[in-house]
Amino acid sequence: MTAVAENTELTRATTSRPNWLRKIKMGRLLTHFMLLFLVALWTLPTVGLLVSSLRDKDQLAVSGWWTAMSASESLGVTRIGTAADQVAEGGQFVISGNVFGSDTNKQLGGFGLSNSEPAATEPGGSMEMKEGGTITVAADGSFNWTSPSEFTHTRGPRIFYLAQIAPRFTLDNYYEVLTSNGVWRSFVNSFTVTIPATIIPILIAAFAAYALAWMRFPFRGFIVALVVGLLVVPLQMSLIPLLTLYNQLAQMFGAEDGKTYLGIWLAHTAFGLPLAIYLLRNYMVGLPKEIMESARIDGASHFKIFTGMILPLSFPALASFSIFQFLWVWNDLLVAMVFLGAQQDRLVLTGKLVSLLGSRGNNWEILTAGAFITIVVPLIVFFALQRYFVRGLLAGSVK
Amino acid sequence: MTNLKLTDLSKRYGQVEVLKHINLDIKSGEFMVFVGPSGCGKSTLLRCIAGLEEITGGTLEIEGEVVNDRAPSKRGIAMVFQSYALYPHMTVYDNMAYALKIANAHKDEIETKVAAAAEQLQLTPYLQRLPGQLSGGQRQRVAIGRAIVRDPKVFLFDEPLSNLDAALRVATRIQIAKLHETMVKTTMIYVTHDQVEAMTLADRICVLRDGRIEQVGTPLELYEQPQSLFVAGFIGSPKMNLIEGDKAKPFNAHTVGVRSEHMTVSPDSGTWSGTVIHTENLGSDSYVYIDMGQEEPVVVRVDGSTKYRSGDTIHFSPVDDKIHRFDTNGKPIS
Repeated sequence: MTAVAENTELTRATTSRPNWLRKIKMGRLLTHFMLLFLVALWTLPTVGLLVSSLRDKDQLAVSGWWTAMSASESLGVTRIGTAADQVAEGGQFVISGNVFGSDTNKQLGGFGLSNSEPAATEPGGSMEMKEGGTITVAADGSFNWTSPSEFTHTRGPRIFYLAQIAPRFTLDNYYEVLTSNGVWRSFVNSFTVTIPATIIPILIAAFAAYALAWMRFPFRGFIVALVVGLLVVPLQMSLIPLLTLYNQLAQMFGAEDGKTYLGIWLAHTAFGLPLAIYLLRNYMVGLPKEIMESARIDGASHFKIFTGMILPLSFPALASFSIFQFLWVWNDLLVAMVFLGAQQDRLVLTGKLVSLLGSRGNNWEILTAGAFITIVVPLIVFFALQRYFVRGLLAGSVK
Repeated sequence: MTNLKLTDLSKRYGQVEVLKHINLDIKSGEFMVFVGPSGCGKSTLLRCIAGLEEITGGTLEIEGEVVNDRAPSKRGIAMVFQSYALYPHMTVYDNMAYALKIANAHKDEIETKVAAAAEQLQLTPYLQRLPGQLSGGQRQRVAIGRAIVRDPKVFLFDEPLSNLDAALRVATRIQIAKLHETMVKTTMIYVTHDQVEAMTLADRICVLRDGRIEQVGTPLELYEQPQSLFVAGFIGSPKMNLIEGDKAKPFNAHTVGVRSEHMTVSPDSGTWSGTVIHTENLGSDSYVYIDMGQEEPVVVRVDGSTKYRSGDTIHFSPVDDKIHRFDTNGKPIS
């Protein structure tokens, strides 16, 4: 009854507004606006990074990525040839060349002879030189310096120019980063760390979660509570004891140090397990009990139930935890530095980025390309697995 | 021949005793219905028979063997759950074949059995679908098919119809009745709280209350000779009228029970009288609710053409040999 009364009230309040306006609700509008804002907030920096990493390194140095589509201007200076370069041509002495050198994507905006007036003359115009003769620079940067008398100068005069650089996109940055800076090596190292460090905890946690959710044994509740307790143990607290343990073990087996891939896999596994078990157990507990009972009556053992029922039905939870763990391991710097060290051959991508920041901090093209290589893998992983969140896997089982 | 024998069977959760010394024989091929109000232990009893709950006391014998500690799959039972419990990621065919695959049956044998069960339940066109693509009735048929394929000695149903709508419920009920006719040797145990299902399907009904068996008998026995006040009130729709106190005195009983169809109405004289508070006309006959100072109104069935208005005073008497008399303990007086 009250619902009906409220409804009529609402209609009355909105009848005075035009039809299309009535469909718009403030709440929805606000939600959509916030969503749009968040999407922009997250995607804009990524797009900026991508665009930057694809730009020519000279353009990247002088202008922001949002100007990538328009031509940029830059001032330059070059020394043209000396008397030694002259050729005699039809009774005249000529020195020719290109002010841009071998760079071909530049257009001349103007040229001049002094620092204070770098673009005094239009392209194609001529200027008197104090060494004698006149110089003409064409729009493509090629110049002709002609004089009736022989040139005698030994030091080439300077020509100032305003260059317009056409937008240019290139994969050179990536090529350079991957080939010459050791980023490719780190990329492989990161994968070597991340893939086992994602798969091992999932395997262990899935079994543990099944047992904690569906098998009856003593102290089950206590173990669950312990796992929840371990969730809040700070990782930093256990770094040094673990490293000491690794080193002692390494000594015992005669290895030189404890910094191995196996070590970091186990460390990441241990740090990831509490969350993995907790997440998966909570998911599995929510699966319909009847399915498991039905399988038991059909004669399935615990292992069969686990592999045949629980694993396929838990795929959304497994996928979401894989994403968590993959991102965390991929982006991790601390654990990698502690358990793998900073030698070039074992440096992971995050560590490599840090060292690039230090050594090549001014080379934006290196940094942007390196950063994008770092984020592209998590993006691929996320988009590959995200559909499993959305899909309702349990549809049709019960009710 | 006895197929299933429960001796002194008890089930306890910690201190709470859910089933108290159940003794029951179920004959081979019999359709036995466990019925009772919610919380009476009927589902627990079924789950004990299935092996999904551990039995804490007494024994359960299937075909002469004690199976207390035997795994559910080794008891020769099959169960249909209230919520279907289909395997959502498997096709209908795989759902039905699952038990046979686990038992390492031959591929041809699996195919023949699944095809036969699908044929029987009109599921053949849906064999390659996932449960999510089926309607509620079809899902329940798949659940039944999954049980049939295992060719069980005992077929257990745990409220299989309660998730279906009214029309489907009737149709599936008929299907289960037919199934019982075709599977002559298979014992069926069916749990429900709906006494219409119990009356229509059962060879024998077992009425449970608070973890105890109240009465076991054929539907008609329970209807005509209830052995307790509880059974008298539970079986039959509408409920049997239970008249207590002074108005029952003339019959030498603490409580007198009369079914609504065993009352005769007369305009001026009768054993009891009261005020009409409500009438429900069902066409063929109508039920008159009469307030005569009892806690609950007395319901009397009259011919559909008779008209009574609320507020009318009417007189009515029980049919002599259809009176049920109970003493203070709720036991019948013979």
